Amino acid sequence: MDIAVVVKLVPDLVEELAIDESGAALDTSYLRLIVNELDNHAVEQAILLKESAGGQVTVIAPDLEGVDDILFTAAAKGADRLIKLTGAMSGVNNYALSNSLAAIIREIKPHLVLTGVQANNDLDGSVGPRLAALLGMAYVGYVSGVTPANDSVKVRKEYSGGLVAQVAVRLPAVLGIQAAGKPPRYVPISKIRQMSKTARIKDQPAGDLDAGNGAAVKHMFKPEMGTHATMIEGEADEVADRLIAIFKEQDIL
Amino acid sequence: MSQDIFVVIEHLRGKVADISYVMLAAARVIAQATGGQVVAALLGHNAQELAGNLAADRVLYVEHPALADFTSAAYQTVLESLLREHAPRAALLGDTSIGGDVAAWLAARLSWPLVSSCRSVSAEGAVIRFVSQTCGGKIMAEGDLPGPCALVMIVPGGYKPEQGQSAQTPQVTSAAAPPLEGLRVAVDNYVEPDTSDVDISREPILVSVGRGIQTLDSIGLVEELARALGCPVCASRPIVDQGWLPTTRLVGKSGKVVKPRLYLALGISGAPEHVEGMGESEMIIAVNTDPAAPIFNVAKYGATVDLFDLAPALTEKIQEARRQRGTHHGAASS
Ligand SMILES: Cc1cc2nc3c(=O)[nH]c(=O)nc-3n(C[C@H](O)[C@H](O)[C@H](O)COP(=O)(O)OP(=O)(O)OC[C@H]3O[C@@H](n4cnc5c(N)ncnc54)[C@H](O)[C@@H]3O)c2cc1C
Ligand SMILES: Nc1ncnc2c1ncn2[C@@H]1O[C@H](COP(=O)(O)O)[C@@H](O)[C@H]1O
Repeated sequence: MDIAVVVKLVPDLVEELAIDESGAALDTSYLRLIVNELDNHAVEQAILLKESAGGQVTVIAPDLEGVDDILFTAAAKGADRLIKLTGAMSGVNNYALSNSLAAIIREIKPHLVLTGVQANNDLDGSVGPRLAALLGMAYVGYVSGVTPANDSVKVRKEYSGGLVAQVAVRLPAVLGIQAAGKPPRYVPISKIRQMSKTARIKDQPAGDLDAGNGAAVKHMFKPEMGTHATMIEGEADEVADRLIAIFKEQDIL
Repeated sequence: MSQDIFVVIEHLRGKVADISYVMLAAARVIAQATGGQVVAALLGHNAQELAGNLAADRVLYVEHPALADFTSAAYQTVLESLLREHAPRAALLGDTSIGGDVAAWLAARLSWPLVSSCRSVSAEGAVIRFVSQTCGGKIMAEGDLPGPCALVMIVPGGYKPEQGQSAQTPQVTSAAAPPLEGLRVAVDNYVEPDTSDVDISREPILVSVGRGIQTLDSIGLVEELARALGCPVCASRPIVDQGWLPTTRLVGKSGKVVKPRLYLALGISGAPEHVEGMGESEMIIAVNTDPAAPIFNVAKYGATVDLFDLAPALTEKIQEARRQRGTHHGAASS
């Protein structure tokens, strides 16, 4: 089964986020980008499927700071082909992106396209269902586990509260991955370094990145909730003392 | 084209999901300004009675055996035809496992703009404004909803489900389903949540751990703290996805909704998907080294100390307090 995985780079939310001068976008000058965590699961799911059913895994990622490492890491895990989408990739919307990804995927002709089900910074829905519409493929998202079955795959689709549906999806299809069937594997740095010498990344121009009729953000702000926590100051020991007092007040201790 | 606001009702196995009522509440805000109607689109098989308490001006009911379960393929086909025909000012879908399978697909097919992660809306005359959450709840983004038709994916939190419920049954009209043959997606069966473990939704006290814990080995620290407090450990999604705790302990959008008397969150950022499952707890106490972590926006008390320092110190003090109390009680009764 040939599989294409599209990987996104997203802001690392552990870092402090700032809004730029326009007031309508994140300040990217200090922004640290990391791979969308769900995409690690999508890559893992692709490798798991390759291990059980054979086929080629192609990983496609936009040309942004740190992308080579991400692609070489995927190769170290077992990806066969690496494609870097070149062009003005910063801040591109999903309308434009899906069109250029669809063009590339049409050439690869995979049986399955895997994406992360969503990313932490999208404001115009996910790429996966758009790709499915453009490619005329089936789409199922919130998937945690995929098993091959003849001309279909059986997927676990998650609903809230821990309810799962086993769903049959006829190929070719796009799946939005929430979690791989197993936790993403670890690869040692040495193996990634080795890949950076042997694996080849193919540059592919994204072409015309037309933003279409997407909604424009006019204003970004940090949420100021009416209620912010009362902060307990001091070292761990003092905080623990205060918590004990609170537990006692609340009849928890 | 009309000024109506469509709401795609989510329901699963005979029950309308809360997000449907949240969407109806949001739709009402817009419809009042545009002068259109709130129209609930209800798709199902023998599901007409689910229209009962929807706070809509009318319900468009699409009946078909292929709609007995939610499948992306059937919903996509029906909704594309319904939205093409009615061309409402906006169609609202849940930013959920159901809405997520169809909204962006419809946006591509209909060439309508799409706004996701929308928490609240406001409208003044013809201008409809959306407020969406992004970056794990650390940033809000605001803008105008483009026209003439648009899709909006709604997250919970901006409206209470009760606001979208009504004591009166709305008027229901049937709409014919387009042909639904050769669909490429089918539900085989449902797998029920595991009930052999503790049910965290019934526990009065919970200690919850997030990615701040870093390694499997360190989970023991949190387990000891929970043991001292006499409660189970629960977790955010990354911990469960790593296989460090079972899925039965997952709190949030894809896990359980909990409302304990005390929810002690250690190393959890407070992403919207997590808060969805614990935001209604009676008292939230959060420990997180990042003073800007969104968890502090829902917590009653917070501290920015390192959980690796706090957990052992707190465990010891709890044990100490229990010992003192034990001696004290012992003394009184002897
Ligand atoms: C469709 C979908 C469904 C989802 N469903 C759920 C769900 O049901 N439940 C859920 O939880 N998530 C869910 N998520 C994931 C969610 O978006 C977040 O990614 C997740 O909640 C983050 O978990 P976290 O807070 O543990 O990790 P992070 O966001 O990485 O936060 C870790 C926190 O620990 C703090 N920290 C680090 N070191 C320390 C230390 N030594 N001491 C104290 N603090 C420290 C950091 O400052 C940081 O704030 C879902 C996501 C998607 C896309
Ligand atoms: N710029 C991008 N490059 C490659 N893949 C992307 C990009 N944006 C989104 N995706 C894919 O779509 C998924 C969902 O992200 P989003 O569409 O932003 O919600 C990601 O996990 C990726 O698999």
